[in-house]
Amino acid sequence: MTSPVEINDLSISFGEGPAAVKVLPSVSFSVDAGECFGLVGESGSGKSTVLRCIAMLTDFWQGKILIGGRDVRKLPRLERCRLLQMVFQDPYGSLHPRQSVRTALAEPLRIHGLDDHEGRMRRAIRDVGLSADFLDRFPHQMSGGQRQRVAIARALILEPALLLLDEPTSALDVSVQAEILNLLVRLRDERGLTYIMVTHDLAVVDHMCDRFAVMLHGEVTEVLPRSAILGNGATHPYARNLIQTSLEYEGALEAG
Amino acid sequence: MTVKDTDMPRVSSGMPTSLIAMRNILAYLMRSPTSAFGVIALGLLILIAAFAPLIATHDPYAQDLVNTLQPPSAAHFFGTDELGRDIFSRLVWGSRISLTIIFLVSIIVGPLGMIVGTTAGYMGGRLDTVMMRVTDIFLSFPSLILSLAFVAALGPSLNNAIIAIALTAWPPIARLARAETMTLRQADYIAAARLQGASSLRIIVKSIAPMCLPSVLIRLTLNMATVILTAAGLGFLGLGAQPPLPEWGAMIATGRRYMIDSWWLVTFPGLAILTVSLAFNLLGDGLRDALDPKQMNRR
Amino acid sequence: MENPVLEVQNLAIRYGGAPREAVRGVSFTLGRERLGIVGESGSGKSTVGRAILKLLPSAKITADRMRFEDVDLLKTTEREMLKIRGRRMSMILQDPKFSLNPIQRVGRQVAETYMRHFPANRAEAREKTLAMLAAVQIRDPERVHDLYPHEISGGMGQRIMIAMMLLAEPDLVIADEPTSALDVSVRLQVLGVLNGLVRDRGIGLIMISHDLNLVRNFCDRVLIMFDGRVVETLAAKDMDKAQHPYTRGLLAAQPRIGDRRHMLSVLDRRPEWSEELQG
Repeated sequence: MTSPVEINDLSISFGEGPAAVKVLPSVSFSVDAGECFGLVGESGSGKSTVLRCIAMLTDFWQGKILIGGRDVRKLPRLERCRLLQMVFQDPYGSLHPRQSVRTALAEPLRIHGLDDHEGRMRRAIRDVGLSADFLDRFPHQMSGGQRQRVAIARALILEPALLLLDEPTSALDVSVQAEILNLLVRLRDERGLTYIMVTHDLAVVDHMCDRFAVMLHGEVTEVLPRSAILGNGATHPYARNLIQTSLEYEGALEAG
Repeated sequence: MTVKDTDMPRVSSGMPTSLIAMRNILAYLMRSPTSAFGVIALGLLILIAAFAPLIATHDPYAQDLVNTLQPPSAAHFFGTDELGRDIFSRLVWGSRISLTIIFLVSIIVGPLGMIVGTTAGYMGGRLDTVMMRVTDIFLSFPSLILSLAFVAALGPSLNNAIIAIALTAWPPIARLARAETMTLRQADYIAAARLQGASSLRIIVKSIAPMCLPSVLIRLTLNMATVILTAAGLGFLGLGAQPPLPEWGAMIATGRRYMIDSWWLVTFPGLAILTVSLAFNLLGDGLRDALDPKQMNRR
Repeated sequence: MENPVLEVQNLAIRYGGAPREAVRGVSFTLGRERLGIVGESGSGKSTVGRAILKLLPSAKITADRMRFEDVDLLKTTEREMLKIRGRRMSMILQDPKFSLNPIQRVGRQVAETYMRHFPANRAEAREKTLAMLAAVQIRDPERVHDLYPHEISGGMGQRIMIAMMLLAEPDLVIADEPTSALDVSVRLQVLGVLNGLVRDRGIGLIMISHDLNLVRNFCDRVLIMFDGRVVETLAAKDMDKAQHPYTRGLLAAQPRIGDRRHMLSVLDRRPEWSEELQG
């Protein structure tokens, strides 16, 4: 399942001419197949917006997004769903409160006309480390970590090649975050998935990502390999500043 | 490491969840005296309507011109009207008419309002604008006036009155459903559904409508009080149920002439209308608390 | 400890209608220092903070001792608490978006706090406000004074919260997740401001957080809470020598820049941590 991602000059602006508001001036980067790519930045930098554009949750952008060489705009809807999926930040908002896990997992299977619903659902729920009894639970009967696992199961049940992750662990406790990150690492190892992960936590980037882009005000300032974090190998001043602050925050224990 | 199901509290199996929910809501309602009154009053209404032939003491249409305008007595619990008909029996049989009105109006107004509201709210854009302007047109008519016009055009009858009432009762439901939908469509689970390839119709029907249902139900319940009163008003004006149907509003209309000397002609139908309206209001209030998502844990 | 600011012994809190106590057996003293209370969701850390300020009307609070300087908190009435809260002890909340009144200018809100506790007219309060805004390192206090909450950034909003809460010169400040809603780069700045003020004025600070790293950098001592109990108390600099398996588990579960583990250690919660500590 190879699916490299290429983003060319993605931009969002409202209005015309000189008065136009460029909400997202220009974003370009590419992700190799099977890579885990991080999108880092502060609030308002546009990183979540980029994910939503890739997923075609908003249509209001210009530019070109290619997945596996194919223009994401031209893909038929159902095919796009089997190519990319997304995991959202808030585990309490990403599952329908009135639907059981079984319903939530069966819906995509029904929409795409896949067979063996029960088998696929059981496998999906097992793969994320939950027992099959969870199929009959409702969201309010599960903890944040369990809901996030179900969200991951739902994303993977259609067997996509690309998984978009929007701060998947920032709303979870540290110990639960560790479990979910381990799960994501394992799934990627097993299935050769490509991840694009939005996060504000450079420690998570350092743990999981191969490369990452630093965003500021809707633009990519720099794309760096993971090794650039520890020694602060960034060149762009904003990226340098961001990494420096994170290193200080992480534990200037010596200064303490 | 597999997370075991035993790590969480046991889920009771056996009854389908919707029945469990209804039983819990009912238990919650019975705990407060006001909503309990509402539940009991409406329960009684339904029972009386169902067993009307057994409860009524006389034939509601049977005239007894010898015994007109009799005060309440052992023979006639609520007295007789100007044609000697037993008022108690007419009230009992009239409950069927009231229930029919409530039922039919709900059946029309609920789905219509939901469909218009959720579609307009979810699709947005021009469709939303058009639908909302149509809603505004219906909303701008005072309900009684529109009912009058409608009935005047089509002729007075109970069915026409029901349609007329329904025509003015649906816009608030549509507005409500639209407002809820516009909030709900921002949710991540809707985005997830879109990502799975669900069509707009599927999302509206399966994901959005169930979430709007509690508010709509509460609003419908509260509306019922107004519906009863409007139907009574139309009956009073002679535009709804036609004589000799024992509709409560019509009974007040004809009884008005004899009101001074024969108070029982208007009092008992009036009390019946009051009780049912009040019961719906209290039930609606109770439902609002019961269906509040924050109360879910207490249920 | 000589003249502690706060003394708590065997604190237990039960919410009305709950089957179990939310907090039990919590004891600690606070001097003019920075104490961190760390725990995950459900550990009871925020509950403890609110209980000290008696902001839990529906909960039953019992303790052997709960003393703030010369005041016995167990016996104070709500009327007495109204005089103490904001004046002698105050609380900084998590998100300035929700704790500042959105329809009032920020300067006015800070000034109002001052006027509630001290006899002063508008002009004096304004002076004090501007001085305080400068103390929290807001570079243009005159301009910021007239802004609305939606016109300021998160970091600035939180510093204004700090100004508001420290203006009356309290002896105890409880900060409940003061930086969780802020971007990483701003956190250090805000904490620096808080740190400076607390040190200069000799205030006792309780910092409640889920972020162990943060607390070990900015506090003198740390309390680790799990399931309503304090499982460990230690000096911040001794964090690496933590004994309790829960603390060690929390430390190990966090991804750290520079460590090359493929998998993070997962916390294995043991039921005995919820039980009585021996001895």
